[in-house]
Amino acid sequence: MKDIVLNISMGVLALSILACLYRLLKGPTPSDRIAALDTIGILLLSMIAILGILLGTKDFIGIALVIGILTFIGTAALARYIERGAVIEPGDDEERR
Amino acid sequence: MKNAGELLAAVLVLVGAVICGISAFGLVRLPDVYLRSHAATKSATLGVVGVLAGAFILDWISSGTASFKLLLVIGFVFITSPVAGHLNGRAAYRSGVPLWENSVRDELKPVLAQAEPEQTAAAERDQR
Repeated sequence: MKDIVLNISMGVLALSILACLYRLLKGPTPSDRIAALDTIGILLLSMIAILGILLGTKDFIGIALVIGILTFIGTAALARYIERGAVIEPGDDEERR
Repeated sequence: MKNAGELLAAVLVLVGAVICGISAFGLVRLPDVYLRSHAATKSATLGVVGVLAGAFILDWISSGTASFKLLLVIGFVFITSPVAGHLNGRAAYRSGVPLWENSVRDELKPVLAQAEPEQTAAAERDQR
């Protein structure tokens, strides 16, 4: 029973990723695409956790952690790029504002 | 007892996945960056934390030892996902993405205009 429920959950999460992919391709503004990418990363993280349970191994949890960290850093960098036009600016070393 | 734990964990995983699906539906259907960001951030966080909590319980039952790494993932997602949504929303507002036409309140606009006229000017100077 456990495996059936986990497989159904994997299917639901895959459909959610497809919906986010639609928003990623269509999204009118870059911010829409960033939000969709962030959601895709988080959904992928939970799918990998479920996959680890299904395969009966603990090795995938580290992968999930790395994907979570990379998703957050990517979203922060992309948001900064949208806001200021550059991720790392020439004046970043000095005290700003 | 083991069966009860497995049932609880399976229900947690399923409910979390369904909440993730509802959140993705909101991401497709809502009209505006800010409303979409609300759907993508808050409910996706709840759903993913549900799924990961279920996975944590299942892992604990099957292997006999609690996985600290999975707890770390839960805490990390719980903290960083709303922060990422906030960063994205702030970047969208400051880069001039318009609100939905039927939005009735914009509390940030008067605050920004009053608090930082010179900062806005400095930002524009930096842009050049």
